[in-house]
Amino acid sequence: MSTTNHGNSALAGSTAVPGRIPPILSVQDLTMHYTTRKGDVWAVDDVSFDVARGHSLGLVGESGCGKTSVALALLRLLPDNARILGGRVCLDGSDILSLDENELLKVRWKGISMVFQAAMNALDPVYRVGDQIVEALQTHLETMDDAKARQRVAKLFKLVGLDPMLMDRYPHEFSGGMRQRAVIAMALSCEPDVIVADEPTTALDVIVQDRILRQMRAIQKRLDMGMIYISHDIAVIAEVSDRIAVMYAGRMVELADAVDVFERPMHPYTCALMGAFPSIRGEKRELVTLPGEPPDLLHPPPGCRFHPRCPRATEICMERVPPFSEVNGERFLACWHPVQNSSGRSRPQTAGANGPPASCRHDVRNARGGYARPGEVTHG
Amino acid sequence: MAEVLDNALGALTGLIKVERLRKLFPVAAGLFQQTHSFIHAVDNISFGIQAGQSLGLVGESGCGKTTTGKLLVRLLDPSAGHIYVNDAELGQVDLAELGGKQLKTFRRRVQMIFQDPYESLNPRRTVYDTVVEPLTVQGVGNLAWREEQVASLLELVGLTPASSFMFRFPHELSGGQRQRVAIARALIVEPVFIVADEPTSMLDVSIRTGVMQLMLELAERFGVSYLYITHDLAVARYMCQEIAVMYLGKIVEQGETEELLAQPLHPYTRALISAVPIPDPRLKREAIEIKGGVAAPVDPPPRCRFYDRCPIADDACRDSEHPLLEDKGGGHLVACYKV
Amino acid sequence: MEMKDESAVLDNSLWRVRLKLAWRGLRASAALFAENKIGLVGLGIILAFALMAVAYPILSNVVWDARIYDPIVGYDPSQLEQPAPPSAAHPLGTDPLGRDVLSQLLYSTTSEFALGVVAALVTVLIATSVGAVSAYYGGLVDTVFMRLADIVVMTPYVPILIVLSVLFDVRLIHLAIVIGVLSGFGATAVIIKSQALTIKVRTFIEAARVAGGSDAHIILRHVIPNLLPLSFLYMMFTVTQAIFSEAVLSFFGLLNIRMSWGLMIFTTQAAGYLIDMKKWWLIYPASLAISLLCAAFYLVGRALDEVVNPRLRQR
Repeated sequence: MSTTNHGNSALAGSTAVPGRIPPILSVQDLTMHYTTRKGDVWAVDDVSFDVARGHSLGLVGESGCGKTSVALALLRLLPDNARILGGRVCLDGSDILSLDENELLKVRWKGISMVFQAAMNALDPVYRVGDQIVEALQTHLETMDDAKARQRVAKLFKLVGLDPMLMDRYPHEFSGGMRQRAVIAMALSCEPDVIVADEPTTALDVIVQDRILRQMRAIQKRLDMGMIYISHDIAVIAEVSDRIAVMYAGRMVELADAVDVFERPMHPYTCALMGAFPSIRGEKRELVTLPGEPPDLLHPPPGCRFHPRCPRATEICMERVPPFSEVNGERFLACWHPVQNSSGRSRPQTAGANGPPASCRHDVRNARGGYARPGEVTHG
Repeated sequence: MAEVLDNALGALTGLIKVERLRKLFPVAAGLFQQTHSFIHAVDNISFGIQAGQSLGLVGESGCGKTTTGKLLVRLLDPSAGHIYVNDAELGQVDLAELGGKQLKTFRRRVQMIFQDPYESLNPRRTVYDTVVEPLTVQGVGNLAWREEQVASLLELVGLTPASSFMFRFPHELSGGQRQRVAIARALIVEPVFIVADEPTSMLDVSIRTGVMQLMLELAERFGVSYLYITHDLAVARYMCQEIAVMYLGKIVEQGETEELLAQPLHPYTRALISAVPIPDPRLKREAIEIKGGVAAPVDPPPRCRFYDRCPIADDACRDSEHPLLEDKGGGHLVACYKV
Repeated sequence: MEMKDESAVLDNSLWRVRLKLAWRGLRASAALFAENKIGLVGLGIILAFALMAVAYPILSNVVWDARIYDPIVGYDPSQLEQPAPPSAAHPLGTDPLGRDVLSQLLYSTTSEFALGVVAALVTVLIATSVGAVSAYYGGLVDTVFMRLADIVVMTPYVPILIVLSVLFDVRLIHLAIVIGVLSGFGATAVIIKSQALTIKVRTFIEAARVAGGSDAHIILRHVIPNLLPLSFLYMMFTVTQAIFSEAVLSFFGLLNIRMSWGLMIFTTQAAGYLIDMKKWWLIYPASLAISLLCAAFYLVGRALDEVVNPRLRQR
């Protein structure tokens, strides 16, 4: 199904990281699908990216784009009907995908850990919160007796802004924000090299979200961890990420430094995404509507998966999958007709908070109005 | 005090006027004990909405905005207060007082769109059944006419061709399509007022804007007013001419949208606005710190509800009653002693 | 999901479209049901019994001589010893009164089916109504029905049936209704009520209320249609219970019926052959018939459970 250009595995080590710091986590050409009764769902197709210590990668996309599947693949927590068909996940040199269960135990939680989307998914309601973290510690770290473990948990609680006295309470006694912090504490407990946060603040109120975001960034810097932050909210991603990866329908379409993505987005989907979020700051403006729906991954459209909704699509987009390739040293893109750089840099006040930059605007208007452009593309 | 409110709201000619609305929920106290404690979910709020205008009701979870929405469509009965609706035929009616047949007839004036597109449609009924139900229940028209109405409404909300959508089941539709069905259902009885409870928060971003724009177009076309309930200030800005900020059952600030966002006066509003992330990595923001978290308003003391968390509160705030909404100029209302 | 475009809805009458939809829904459920082998096994057994029921009138009118093969008053004088072992003329032998066992077996099948179905329908009717109303209104109504259910569940039904049959002339139809009523007000009502509670709080119920729907409208058009799959499921289990109860009562000779599987065993016992292993044809056919038919409905119920309860399905 995926007819991608595998020559781009030369991405190894080069979906890079500013300043050429060697990455702590390197994902190359990760491909997986789910087997269901109705057929194979092509959830992740040829995804590559790197994460360095102390740096944060924001993975943004809508539901069904594959970002959660990528996260689960990184921790080898995929359900039974998932099959990894190709690619490598190199954590600190060793390929996680090739490890067996015993070796995985050493890597999980110590090398890489995860903050799950719904905190109650990670917390068992019948055990005290402190005890659950102690259990995680003792499972993954040898030579950790109860006293030492509890001390560590108390320190972790303080780190995430929870009163250590709450260690002996049950999850239902915690509020939503507190539960999320407990889950973050649990993910941090073994001091992993990389932490994957899957929409950790989606269900939380904005004031609590603000606190947690700041805390996570501070912790990350303090522990020099790599972080992958997954969200559908582009504002949160903007604040949290050093680099941003945009996913659509299982494929990665754009990867660049956060500032570059907002100043000069190159993929039409990225443009549309940025134009779709209303903002409370800046001038009030029209929002971008993308016609259609994200594709059904049981039968993804041929060629570029975004072509049915793309205002710039032409015949080649319908036939051939654009390769995820390097644009310049630190930007990667999968598009046959990227949005070109307009002359001059746009000033901060006219971009970001005000929606897509000038270079995007032309295509954005087209997206709203329909398919008035040369090269007829029928709606998929 | 009623005069102050009337002057402030100037809403005798408006479409909706809510006056001193209250909703108390008893706290379950055990098998044989009397309930002494109440949750003050909605505590003496008053506001008005003009015809053709939309009001955004904004606040965090537990502030009472959803309860207010349900009170306005009489899914819940108010504990006290009035909900005046200016109806073209019947004049001014107090929705809070209606019952029985009158209430049923009046339901044609106010409708609701729910948050969860996956839950607000009966999974065993077709799109046609769902959309036609208000007409059937209200006993309007005959079968052929109703079919026509459903078809034209489905076209209106963008589900074309109507004939191919009419007999699908909800599980055959995407989230955005389901929400459009819900909008069609709300519109088919030609209401003057729709309560929209976070209608787009469960939809994908690229679908969300389509639905929001549809709602705006329909509002313009049919002169429908919305009470748009959301926790997202940005969405409220996009959809509404006026915003009211709620906290623990009270309205703490209310005003014209751009004015309120540019010059927030109440400390809670300011904290809220400062906490909204900016979709631009180059800009920094200063978040106003407020301590503590939101708890359920059980038997709250009569002082200002925000006192415990307020960064500028003082002893005077602690010792006085909860402040009333005052007009600080140009219809911008704030409930605070310190502003 | 692939959808064929419906022809312009205003051309096709509404009921025809609904019929088509219902048919499609049925086919989808059937496909789901067929995935589970035990369901198919159960269905197969039921079909076999249905064939037996159909076979009886054919055989009795075409092949068999009524004087010999009548299940109630037949007698074969050519057999020297009654009960006679199986032979060409009597594939399952004869009972102590000289009547053909196979004929008795086939004759009873129809009434066993009828018993089961009537009892099940009564149960579904009562349990669904009680469950829906209790859940929807709560309060006193709920308390009354739930206490009633407690009483019904606590009281062992076999002694009740025995007492009833002593006091009254109980025929199969009465038995069916009594079992249906007992089951309907008992455990099944509680189960359906708890399901109705989960439906009651769903958002589409609020939407119906905002549209102006009365309580009756909401219960009939929203709550009950969502309960029906579960009711249907429990119907299967009631059939099992009904058939088994009949067997027990007949075994005690308490039912006023002329022939049933339970009665066959009663006759065997009355004649003293119950533990006589050599006369296996007096015991096994009837017992197996009871067990198999009960098991068959239970298996179908289990497979239906997976259709009704999507969470039980294997991915």
